[in-house]
Amino acid sequence: MSGGRDLGRWADRLWAAATAGDEQAAVGVARDALDAGVDMEALLLDVVGAVQARVGAEWAANRISVTQEHVVTAVNERVIAALADHPGARRREGSARGRLAVACVDGEWHALPARLLAEVLRLRGWTVDYLGAQVPTQHLVSYLHRTGPDAIALSSSIATRLPAAHAAIAACRATGTPVLVGGAAYGPGGRYARLLGADAWAPDARAAADLLARGLPRRPPAPPQAAGRLPHLDDQEYTLLTRSSADLVRELMDELERRHPAVARYTPRQRQATAEDLAHVVEFLAASLYVDDPELFSGFLTWTASILTARDVPTGFLLSALDLLARRLTGLPRAAGVLAHAREVLCGGLVPAPVPGPGKPE
Amino acid sequence: MRGLEHDAAGWAWQSAPYAALVADVRGRIVRANDALRRLLPRAVPGAALQDAVPVWLARAHTAGVVTVPPPAAPDRGPHRHPPAGPQPACGVIGGRVFEARPVAGPDPGVVVWWLADSTEFVQLSGELEAERGRTAFLSEASNELLSSLNPDRCVEVVAALAARHLSDAAMVILPKEGHRYPVAYCGPGGTVTREKLAVDVRLVPGLAEALQGLPSAPSRRIDPAAVPAWMARDLGEPGSAMVTALPGQGVPAGALVLLRRPGRAPISEGDELAARLFAARAGAAISAARLYAEQAAVTETLTRELMPPRTQHLGGAELAARYRPATATDLVGGDFYDLHPAADPGGESLVVLGDVCGKGLEAAVLTGKIRNTLHALLPLAADHQRMLGVLNEVLLTGDRDRFVTMVLASVRGEDDRVRLRLTSAGHPPPLILRSGGGVESAPTQGTLVGMLDDITSTTATVYLEPGDTCLMYTDGITEAFGGPLGDEMFGEQRLVEELEGCSGMPPEALTERVQMLASEWVGGGDHDDMAVIAITAPRATAGGGTAPAPRSVRPPSPGRGPA
Repeated sequence: MSGGRDLGRWADRLWAAATAGDEQAAVGVARDALDAGVDMEALLLDVVGAVQARVGAEWAANRISVTQEHVVTAVNERVIAALADHPGARRREGSARGRLAVACVDGEWHALPARLLAEVLRLRGWTVDYLGAQVPTQHLVSYLHRTGPDAIALSSSIATRLPAAHAAIAACRATGTPVLVGGAAYGPGGRYARLLGADAWAPDARAAADLLARGLPRRPPAPPQAAGRLPHLDDQEYTLLTRSSADLVRELMDELERRHPAVARYTPRQRQATAEDLAHVVEFLAASLYVDDPELFSGFLTWTASILTARDVPTGFLLSALDLLARRLTGLPRAAGVLAHAREVLCGGLVPAPVPGPGKPE
Repeated sequence: MRGLEHDAAGWAWQSAPYAALVADVRGRIVRANDALRRLLPRAVPGAALQDAVPVWLARAHTAGVVTVPPPAAPDRGPHRHPPAGPQPACGVIGGRVFEARPVAGPDPGVVVWWLADSTEFVQLSGELEAERGRTAFLSEASNELLSSLNPDRCVEVVAALAARHLSDAAMVILPKEGHRYPVAYCGPGGTVTREKLAVDVRLVPGLAEALQGLPSAPSRRIDPAAVPAWMARDLGEPGSAMVTALPGQGVPAGALVLLRRPGRAPISEGDELAARLFAARAGAAISAARLYAEQAAVTETLTRELMPPRTQHLGGAELAARYRPATATDLVGGDFYDLHPAADPGGESLVVLGDVCGKGLEAAVLTGKIRNTLHALLPLAADHQRMLGVLNEVLLTGDRDRFVTMVLASVRGEDDRVRLRLTSAGHPPPLILRSGGGVESAPTQGTLVGMLDDITSTTATVYLEPGDTCLMYTDGITEAFGGPLGDEMFGEQRLVEELEGCSGMPPEALTERVQMLASEWVGGGDHDDMAVIAITAPRATAGGGTAPAPRSVRPPSPGRGPA
């Protein structure tokens, strides 16, 4: 068995090959690691998984480009595919365990964490159907009806997809399938998992596999009429905000142009990028209202500020956007509270809770 | 006056329609009215209660006299006595149920007992409770049955619900598949097992009829001795058993057998009614699940073909494809793609990306026709114009308001380059991404296919250097409507700008990126089918070539011949 330092060295070698876009070298590193006695599960999670985690961190720090990020991810995918054919990928335990499905919810493009989970579960003796990234909920449900797995694992890395995840969780549970969720979207300690009705939550692939090894979550009972209802949504603030988000973004753009002459001189591409950033701000605000947690929004803003700072983009427009939103949304008291909290955090009035990055805002 | 009042009250008491008696502290009857005497003739003044009235009433009197009711407790804990006051007693007199309510008399220990006949009330309450129980069960059963459209799971749910609520064990027997009957058994422990059994159902009275789904004989009890071992399992010989048909929608859905333990009350008429109502729901659920499964299998067969593997090595090129259907409910869309690997080593492979007008089954049928025709026309692939011309003639023989746009790409590896011959027939021209940056549109254009008698097109020959990519897409990408302001088309210009930042990406990463950009542009809105194909000339590896190639990117060596 290899210690953590050895695994770190293998991860460094894989990182070098993957950032160079050299698939053959990357697969070679993985095979060498197996030959050197590295356990397949550790290779997947502590070497491939570590490289993938590093991608996000390096991108956030502006040390790699979006293209490089995609290249590394693609190389990692190919490494996983090559490893699946390796003799070391044979199941450790008998195949007496049940059948599981692993999928990303609609709108979720970060497929690699789910892919790694699928491979680890396969290693541990489960029959696994890996459904891939961004599976529309209807397809998920029709798959569940057709195949009837013992449980489904849903991965979400971006908090703005939580309402979609909520719909997917409810739909899967309504078919009598227990739902295990994981991924950065569920917040620190998986705080949104139970809120959204998941049967179980795991912080990472290894924990998910351990949890399932201890026993499947019970099949959810037939849903009562009001299953999955979130009482705080009765104030309609989430609905009102999402319905008017495009108008809101347009108003924010106009106002920013008036306030910051530099914005008025933006190229169409810069304007689009700014509009997209603003749309993200509104989306995260909506997600924050959906789960009724102001820290989701402030966490996103803190993270965005660090991304902008790493790219030498002034963060002043974030505060302007907050002020404009606050003025525009006076009729929505919960939103006003979230905005006020975010402003305090952003201005350093509060030390923000250590929220892991909500994922790349794409 | 007083005497008159007294007399009137006394007369009223004596002739009240409710039986009443007064008993003292020692359990002797002081008075009894007419109604009581008719009920209990021995209850005369002076008689001892235990000699004159049923034991339950005598006991209630003794208990009420001896035990002083506790004062009303403010604490309303769950195990406290109900609020103070003499409690009514209940019991049988002459075959009817009576409720006896005590009222404290004038002297300590003297109690007036009022008796009311509550036979009907008790009976109705019992029926109401049973009815409520059945309704609750049926409502719960409906919820659980409706939740799954998976036939196996549905049958398991039926067996489990029946065993839990209607009997101790239950078996669902489905119509024969081949020579065996699929069955699901749920024992008293609640565990369901499914298997296929080769058994003779005619040996169980009523089972064969139930399996035929005849509405005339929906249920009957079975002689417990006639229940075979394969049915009763861990229950041994059951105390009672019955079989019910599971009525399907026009087709038999199977039969349900209920089995009760010997010690338990046999299956009653009420139970039988509940079982029949449950069987109606269960049968409908099982047949709906089966119909759904058949439908889903048909759709899957239709769509499987439309979605070849996502990555492929094709005559020296790497290829990746992605497809996202338009509306989430419509699995069969109008976009399709096809890969025809080269017949000979060193030959040309053909890649087709098309967009049929319309959606759903009709589009799928037309797509099938186009793909079959193109497959048959592969020998003509060296001449794209001829291929398209023949396809056009074939399509013109059908419905003229149905047409297709497409791109044909003939792919051949030449050393480390890839040669492409690209022809657009009414389709957006492919985009070429150079590894050093720069995106150009392939110079090809042509008429759409299936509408006009004469069609024309031009073919562009393009060479991909290592790391270059050719991107083919359908208009679902460029016509994606939305954006941050919700009012803009994604458009070719934006696609090209985005691609300019994507040079050097592996094809699967590129197709994913394009789909992601277009999908996120749409946001929550509607979009058309989105299909993207990327063909890439593999880059020379920086690894120094020491590692053996993990897979062949070339066709098999000439000695082997095509497979």
